[in-house]
Amino acid sequence: MRFVDEFRDPELADRLFSEIARVAERIGRTRTRPVTVMEVCGGHTHTIFRYALETRMPENVEFAHGPGCPVCVLPMGRIDDAIAIARRPEVIFTTFGDAMRVPGAQGTLLQARAAGADVRMVYSPLDALALARANPERQVVFFALGFETTAPSTALTVLRAAAEGIGNFSIMCQHITIIPTLRALLSQDDFRVDGFIGPGHVSMVIGTRPYDFIASEFHRPLVVAGFEPLDILQSLLMVLRQVDACTARIENQYARVVYADGNPAAMAAIDRVYETRPACEWRGLGTIAGSGLSLRPAWRAFDAEQRFAVTPHHVADPGACRCGDVLTGRIRPTQCPAFGTSCTPDCPSGALMVSSEGACAAYYQYQGQKGAA
Amino acid sequence: MCLGIPGQVTAILDEESAMAEVEISGVRRAVNVLCVAETGHPLSSLLGTWVLVHVGFAMSRIEEDEARETLRLLAEIGELDSELATMRASAQAPTRDHE
Amino acid sequence: MSDHTIPGVGADGRITLAHGGGGTAMRALIDGVFLRAFSDNPAAPQEDQARFAMADLAALGDRLAFTTDSFVVDPLEFPGGDIGTLAVCGTVNDLAVGGARPVALSAAFILAEGLDLAVVRRIAASMAACARAAGVRIVTGDTKVVPRGACDGLFVTTTGIGVIRPGCAISIASGRPGDVVIVNGTLGDHGAAILCARGDLALDVTLGSDCAPLNGLTEALLDAVPDVRCMRDATRGGLAGVLTELAEASLVTVRIDEAALPVRPEVAGVCEILGLDPLYLANEGKLAAVVPAAAADVALAAMRAHPLGRDAAVIGRLETAASGRSAVHLANRFGGQRVVSMPSGEQLPRIC
Repeated sequence: MRFVDEFRDPELADRLFSEIARVAERIGRTRTRPVTVMEVCGGHTHTIFRYALETRMPENVEFAHGPGCPVCVLPMGRIDDAIAIARRPEVIFTTFGDAMRVPGAQGTLLQARAAGADVRMVYSPLDALALARANPERQVVFFALGFETTAPSTALTVLRAAAEGIGNFSIMCQHITIIPTLRALLSQDDFRVDGFIGPGHVSMVIGTRPYDFIASEFHRPLVVAGFEPLDILQSLLMVLRQVDACTARIENQYARVVYADGNPAAMAAIDRVYETRPACEWRGLGTIAGSGLSLRPAWRAFDAEQRFAVTPHHVADPGACRCGDVLTGRIRPTQCPAFGTSCTPDCPSGALMVSSEGACAAYYQYQGQKGAA
Repeated sequence: MCLGIPGQVTAILDEESAMAEVEISGVRRAVNVLCVAETGHPLSSLLGTWVLVHVGFAMSRIEEDEARETLRLLAEIGELDSELATMRASAQAPTRDHE
Repeated sequence: MSDHTIPGVGADGRITLAHGGGGTAMRALIDGVFLRAFSDNPAAPQEDQARFAMADLAALGDRLAFTTDSFVVDPLEFPGGDIGTLAVCGTVNDLAVGGARPVALSAAFILAEGLDLAVVRRIAASMAACARAAGVRIVTGDTKVVPRGACDGLFVTTTGIGVIRPGCAISIASGRPGDVVIVNGTLGDHGAAILCARGDLALDVTLGSDCAPLNGLTEALLDAVPDVRCMRDATRGGLAGVLTELAEASLVTVRIDEAALPVRPEVAGVCEILGLDPLYLANEGKLAAVVPAAAADVALAAMRAHPLGRDAAVIGRLETAASGRSAVHLANRFGGQRVVSMPSGEQLPRIC
């Protein structure tokens, strides 16, 4: 077993599609409004579009594409902060490729590189640390972004840098956490999502218990899902069955990877290195209390913003974009006035057009341009 | 979010820094396995284990039994879908997945 | 000839600005490296231009084909080739996919001060070997040296001429509904090999570039199927780039079948890890050919009989563009389909 191809079996997918249609039809007998299921995670959005799962959905089942792409929700001001650090002559600024094209008010990291900044893409924060080791005369900064999936890796890298006494390494911390944001979404009066496909890789770190409030307080089902097409379809079916039965439970479709308790070693690493920020800004969603991480005082020596005296600043989201409405499932990407006109993958202005995991970029790339849906 | 890929631990590179070689479709990469290591066991106990790799870190061990169980449930769906066919196939209760 | 016999090369064997200065050092570099590699008769007097007998060209066909390309690649040498083989193959292939027999190439080099002469020698030698394999001569060239830092090691520009066989009317705009699309082998090998060869992603994989001159293959295909409609080599932008251009120029919908796309497991692995799509990865020895449906079997057999077409596969067909909107649609194994769009800039590795 290789744990990939087995979950891409078209024959099993066909069975799932017909079972989904059967349950959806049964649900449709008693309600007129379509069932809206939000996939929280950008990786799920990607799978849904890559495998064109939407095109085979029953009419009364809709996906809402949630806020789980850490690149999409990067606020413009934070990109500007990153560029301010990257422009310093002594700095090698390292980042995942995803962040290279995200526009701030001062342009993108790709453009900063064109203007002379030493910006390099890495696959892992460990590769950034290796650059610091290899370039003792330079300052190597890693742009630490991502959800709880990624936070342990940067935490462990900071711990490693401390253990080795690598003084020319630091991180710009932009880690965010999904639970406060889900709560914020659910607390909105007009939040019309009936159930969730839960983020599988965040959950392998945090486990399934942190979602319990979604069922107990907000009476919505959530199914933690893997990332292969069969995973998504099975999870959707599990959500629909709960909607049909009027139940709200937290289920785990991704049991091969996700344990109820998550990964305690990874959680311990996060806890040792990071603390919760009082407030954190999300592009398209505004400021959400307790949704970000910053380095604990003990590790401030590794904080690039302190090292280079960068004051975080705020830039308003571009006006025409309705990213927030897309993220909360109020409108489809194609209903945004900027979609495909002033906002395209080549020249994104809204958060969701930025990364290939953003709902708008996925719509644009896989479904053609304005008008196609 | 969070691209994660299953890979198999093929070699231990450095016990002290918890680095192992993980192979993903014929591609090898040095990966930190601290988060999947068992306390009190040498890293070599991970050899052959499938792990889920994210940005150069193994973040979970993949449970083959759970994977089979998921696939077994998937295989059952078609049977539920056509109850008649299932009844005809009668006595054949769902058994463990082959292989 | 050892390196130190070329004037201007220091004890450490590096290119200096003197090699672009027009004096003895430059002469020595050209004679000792490039002419030695490229010329059948290095001792013959050197003119400022290559010359061709019109009658020789006319014997090959009825039209000239002419193309140029500049090559930059990091690293200069990689598994499966180097910047030199890339240049020769790229130019030969641009001629070949137009139905032309490549005749001659020029090669203009921009060298960075400080470049290791041994690298220049190796690249010149592999260019020469590649040109020989393609049956084409490198007949003229140029060398400039720029100060350290002004260029990334070595840039090369190759220009090629070829002669198009009589009656051949290949065009990106000639695809018609019903035609089938064939590729000659696995996709994305070059792009994935280069990504890994750069080393900064620390991926260890046995994977070479597919860099190869395709003129032998195109000759075989055209001999078997003279009415090939279009051919394009799928370089930058990958197969997606070629097919979107085809759809646009021929005003058709190109429908491809994901299950039929040949992709090596290692390339698929690199793509899984980095979140890339092999459809958009560069190839340097792959082409897409559009042939009438009736000729599909013959075309496929002709390609498979050639060493560079062993993995050839029919990957899709052309259809009437619905309501005049040309597009590329990919049908996946799940009965769903998605639009394959024109690549927007280089694919970047992603983590999310």
